[in-house]
Amino acid sequence: MTSSPSPTRTLVRGARLLGGAPTDLLLADGIVVEVGSLSVTGAHDVVDADGLVALPGLVDLHVHLREPGREDAETVASGSAAAAAGGFTAVLAMANTDPVTDTAEAAERVLDLGRAVGLVDVQPVGAVTKGLEGHELAELGLMARSRARVRVFSDDGHCVANARVMRRALEYVKAFGGVVTQHAQDPTLAGREACCHEGEVSGRLGLPGWPGVAEESIVARDVMLARHTGSRVHVAHVSTAGTVEVLRWAKAAGVAVTAEVTPHHLMLTTDLLTGYDPVFKVNPPLRPQEDVDALRAALADGTIDAVATDHAPHARHDKEHAFVDAAFGMVGLETALSVVAEAMVRTGLLDWAGVARVMSQTPARIAGLAGHGGSLAVGEPATLTLVDPDRSVVVDAGASVSLSRNNPWHGRTLTGAVHSTWLRGRRTDPTPVPVPSEELL
Amino acid sequence: MSRHLLSSADLDRDEVDAILTTALSMHDVQRREVKKIPTLRGRTVINLFFEDSTRTRSSFEIAGKWMSADTINITGKGSSTSKGESLRDTVRTVAAMGVDALVVRHAASGACHQVAQWVDASVINAGDGTHEHPTQALLDAYTLRHHLGGDADALDGRHVVIVGDLTHSRVFRSNVITLTRLGARVTVVAPPTLMPSGVGPWSQAAGFGTSYDLDAVLGGRAGDVDALMMLRVQRERMSGGYFPTPREYTVGYGLTRSRMERLVQAQPDVAVLHPGPINRGLEITADAADSQQSRVLDQVSAGVAVRMAVLYHLLAGSDSQEASA
Ligand SMILES: [Zn+2]
Repeated sequence: MTSSPSPTRTLVRGARLLGGAPTDLLLADGIVVEVGSLSVTGAHDVVDADGLVALPGLVDLHVHLREPGREDAETVASGSAAAAAGGFTAVLAMANTDPVTDTAEAAERVLDLGRAVGLVDVQPVGAVTKGLEGHELAELGLMARSRARVRVFSDDGHCVANARVMRRALEYVKAFGGVVTQHAQDPTLAGREACCHEGEVSGRLGLPGWPGVAEESIVARDVMLARHTGSRVHVAHVSTAGTVEVLRWAKAAGVAVTAEVTPHHLMLTTDLLTGYDPVFKVNPPLRPQEDVDALRAALADGTIDAVATDHAPHARHDKEHAFVDAAFGMVGLETALSVVAEAMVRTGLLDWAGVARVMSQTPARIAGLAGHGGSLAVGEPATLTLVDPDRSVVVDAGASVSLSRNNPWHGRTLTGAVHSTWLRGRRTDPTPVPVPSEELL
Repeated sequence: MSRHLLSSADLDRDEVDAILTTALSMHDVQRREVKKIPTLRGRTVINLFFEDSTRTRSSFEIAGKWMSADTINITGKGSSTSKGESLRDTVRTVAAMGVDALVVRHAASGACHQVAQWVDASVINAGDGTHEHPTQALLDAYTLRHHLGGDADALDGRHVVIVGDLTHSRVFRSNVITLTRLGARVTVVAPPTLMPSGVGPWSQAAGFGTSYDLDAVLGGRAGDVDALMMLRVQRERMSGGYFPTPREYTVGYGLTRSRMERLVQAQPDVAVLHPGPINRGLEITADAADSQQSRVLDQVSAGVAVRMAVLYHLLAGSDSQEASA
């Protein structure tokens, strides 16, 4: 897997570019060399893309690959395979590994692991503070200057709760055009015990909740800090209608704020917790339907800029505890496109050009990733995802290439599926290997 | 009846009636000189207590022993840490010993629901975090029904007021289900900081009333309150910012001497309940706890009979269930 042979010439026949009219694409030497009605002879491979939609390769601003430290849950290799299976060509790997990605060396190591696998571009996110502890700034400049060219910094998993530290981080990254991604969760309003949305369901179930205002108040503070510092802030996994209101105001006021939403927050609600199944335990928590509706509308109108999976694989035994003790998170790389197709395209809220915007072009721009999020025009990288908009898939957690099975979509039928993934002209999506059923949850 | 008792919602009114009726005859066993019936001979009941509770555990243990079941206590340690063995592994190991019923107490809400998915045995919720405590609700209903004359419809239209830390109370959550199921009118009272989130829509759907003002509830129509259930205030809540000082709590929400006098004046037969253990002087004065109206010791005594009845209905097989119904 390490070194690829020189890419073959590939003719993609009849794909609908961004969902538009069918056209042919000729890929050679890793770039798009011709677009139009082509009758090319001698192409090594021909892909019949009749009925398929061609999107620029998907970019995920927010994944947890667990390497180093928890290679039993996921590795850069298995996570890359899951990403490629899900149509992604670049992922940003969060810093909350063990050890934490808070030095140039750690960032370069993640970059090199990703390059060795070669299925997607793995771009490390640097920690904002040393050890994600929220007190002292990590070596942001050295990470930016490293081979990994880190531009996105986040303590994700933890909120940078201290306003002074957040202010300094925002100021400091201006020197190299960085952005701080905030996991917005005021720990004094939603503490360590908080494991689900605070509301009627948590009240009935007797589960310690975390209220939407714990997110909204931090986002409100951060957009004011971004305005004060003239810096860029990005809000991870927006989960409430109140946060959408804050973002709408901030954008109208000209603050340089961007935001992402996860596929699961676009579709799943807190009602799923009534069976206490830890597969639905995620942070931020699943919220009520009103929030889901507001998030969909905000993604459609651009108030929320991007979809990011927050792919959070966990070993089985880390989920098999009592609900409050089980690990937070769900996997999402392989199903993201299908969920967005269900929640946004089939509902008429977004067309495929819109999907390209929120899952490829805008995330690539936010992360400052060259070679991704292009337009698939002649001369651009042949980095693309072919989507079959009409294919229904029944999600099977066991058929995943991720090492983890904490999949909230297991057994659901989703319409709209990835056909194939191409990174610089080379097909990268793997063939799923079924896992014996006794290894499932 | 379902194989498990995980929530008070698992029992419809007929099933609650059946259990309370069985409990009545079990109470007779309790008064015999030789307290042993052969009903569950050859059955194994494991009390799996991840959280300590001498009162509930002994009550289940005695209930099992008097019915001739083999009862074994297993005490789990530090359940709130995710280190080491998973909950699933622990309970599957225990269940693999060959067990008919697991009586589970756990500090985490929902733990019993999860356990029931992982084992073949019947699972009885003996208190899960701040979620539910269904046998406590049954013994409270038993105590109240007995107090109110003992008929099957004794609770119909009666007004029960539950006061205290509702947010963290499994006793409240189970009682509000069981009492309303038996036809009682329930009003819950707490400071806003100790009201469960979303209680507004919940109380409307479930049909109970809410108030922040204990005196307004007690000072309604004379004799309007038939029973007052005082909940325990956990020590750790006192420093948790839920209310300013214990003194302020008592003034606002305690069963003080003057409230007790007012209550008895309006309704001499009012029943005062408390799931124990009592913080004397905080949620209830010593006088009120020891008054004629106090049913606290009846509650303890009913505990064994009710748990015998629950074990009987879940384990004694379908023939005997029909015989009892
Ligand atoms: Zn996060």
